[in-house]
Amino acid sequence: MANTNFEKYKSDGSLQGNLLEWVDARFPATAMWKGHLSEYYAPKNFNFWYFFGSLALLVLVIQIVTGIFLVMHYKPDAALNADGVPVAFASVEYIMRDVPWGWVIRYMHSTGASAFFIVVYLHMFRGMMYGSYRKPRELTWLFGVGIFLCLMGEAFFGYLLPWGQMSFWGAQVIVNLFSAIPLIGDPLSIWLRGDFVIGDATLNRFFSFHVIAFPLVIIGLIAAHILALHETGSNNPDGVEIKAKKNDKGIPLDGIPFHPYYTVKDIVGVVVFLMAFSAIMFFAPEGGGYFLEYNNFYPADPLKTPSHIAPVWYFTPYYSILRAMVWPIFGLDAKFWGVVAMGASVVIFAFLPWLDRSPVKSIRYRGPIYKTFLTLFVISFFILGYLGTQAPSYWGEKISQLCSLIYFGFFLLMPWYSKIDKYRPAPDRVTM
Amino acid sequence: MKKILIAFLFAPIVAFASGSVHLDKWPGTVADKPALQNGAKLFVNYCLNCHGASYMRYNRLTELGLTEQQIKDNLMFTADKIGEPMRVAARAGEQRAWFGATPPDLTVIARARASADGSGADWLYTYLRQFYRDDKRPTGWNNLAFENVGMPHILWELQGEQVLNKDHKLELAVPGKLSPKEYDQAVSDLVGFLVWMAEPMQEQRKQLGIFVILFLCVLFGFAYALKKEYWKDIK
Repeated sequence: MANTNFEKYKSDGSLQGNLLEWVDARFPATAMWKGHLSEYYAPKNFNFWYFFGSLALLVLVIQIVTGIFLVMHYKPDAALNADGVPVAFASVEYIMRDVPWGWVIRYMHSTGASAFFIVVYLHMFRGMMYGSYRKPRELTWLFGVGIFLCLMGEAFFGYLLPWGQMSFWGAQVIVNLFSAIPLIGDPLSIWLRGDFVIGDATLNRFFSFHVIAFPLVIIGLIAAHILALHETGSNNPDGVEIKAKKNDKGIPLDGIPFHPYYTVKDIVGVVVFLMAFSAIMFFAPEGGGYFLEYNNFYPADPLKTPSHIAPVWYFTPYYSILRAMVWPIFGLDAKFWGVVAMGASVVIFAFLPWLDRSPVKSIRYRGPIYKTFLTLFVISFFILGYLGTQAPSYWGEKISQLCSLIYFGFFLLMPWYSKIDKYRPAPDRVTM
Repeated sequence: MKKILIAFLFAPIVAFASGSVHLDKWPGTVADKPALQNGAKLFVNYCLNCHGASYMRYNRLTELGLTEQQIKDNLMFTADKIGEPMRVAARAGEQRAWFGATPPDLTVIARARASADGSGADWLYTYLRQFYRDDKRPTGWNNLAFENVGMPHILWELQGEQVLNKDHKLELAVPGKLSPKEYDQAVSDLVGFLVWMAEPMQEQRKQLGIFVILFLCVLFGFAYALKKEYWKDIK
């Protein structure tokens, strides 16, 4: 009986012990618990910025659970009901008014959408500051960029479902972008919509993508993201590898078990996050017109184009970059280059691990050039985001062109400036 | 340095703040139940002839302090059962023939009309007080807040008839049943009802929010103490 699974975990004879022995012989329960929580050693110097990974997971759970209940009452139907209102729009108001506690579920979901992007943007910024994307964590970063892309798709599809004016016209603008692609553009955009205009076919396929396809892919990518992270171990604000210095048991000297240390710490983060989340959800669920756009309280009307169509705030930086491209190049429409620039502005994050040539990872030991570029990048990102909510204007266009230049400059010049920058040597061990 | 960055960050907001439309501030609150009841009366008598409120059920008006019998006797003209929504008597197709457009459903109009210029309540309060006589319009009415509006001035009996004077200012030419002050109050009550109807659970939402945040404050105490206790050995 050598080396059977029954020898992996020996029961102490108690009922729980016997049960665990039985399970462990058939499923790696104890092994997974140890590998990912109680014996996963994380650097002990995580700061404020390290809350946002677990918070992103929390928001995902909020979105999935509230989403399950919303789908029980929501109807993806663009036809008009007896009162002349689209069924989909009316079903959302039905949830808000007639479904017991439906308004709580709906506001959690709508606030959760914006919260997801806030948390994910901060999580990504943390990775950029501390060089978490660098070797050996390139795959963790790539899975993360994949999650970000899918999250954008998920949010875009979900935004059509309330079938308000902004849902309709926002989707119209974005799907029309694909028609800018030479040759295949027009048939492609018709294929995406399933119709010549945004209609019932579009609503139904977006609903399907939103509740099944994209959540499935996102959950798979998150599993890959975490598995890859736990393979390499976490980075930290000093950007030094804790696995380089281990004690005689093979445990990193600067590592502490994720459970209980970071589980109890993350609970504090969760409570503070829920306070902010509740403050918005219960006292300002419209988020000043940014989380729920005012115009979206009008049902979708294909015959009435709103005077100003703005995407939701989390898309506005990229929307500004799209609008900043006003020059036709190589005989192709400016709109096509706008779409290319917009796509590039999102995908370019994936190349960070290979653009960065600095000998240190963390911003703590980098020099003034990198710090300046990162600061300018963040400022440009905010300005682009703001301009994307505004109607087009002369100065808005000029400023968004400048900011787009800085945005891309941050990435494309990185191989050069990260190499020539002055840096301080990183320490051997983490600092608290 | 930080100050310069912040100034740079907010510069575009100042630079591009567009010349906003002036809206009069709505003076009411949704906590004023008698005002909301009066607003409900005005709504069913004047608005509900053409505009529906099709997500709003009559029996929900009990939350304004009315009994079901009071609602049936005084407010229900378009439905037989108290659980039915506030539907419009006219048909959408007929209305399109009469006005050129179907009048919008008003259930959530107070939320839809909000903008950077002011709340939806401010817009409605301004709009309903700025109708004036205009012979060039098919209905004989125009509006300063909503140029070439399709709707005639349905409350003209109450307000009287305004005209535009030489300085492009509104002037009361023919007085109505109500004095200007009484009319403003009536409009404010009506707007209050529209604001309440757009989100009937809004007061409950804020009350629940206070309890949720208080609970989280207590939970924070425990969570923080737990974290401190576990982390005291980590140096």
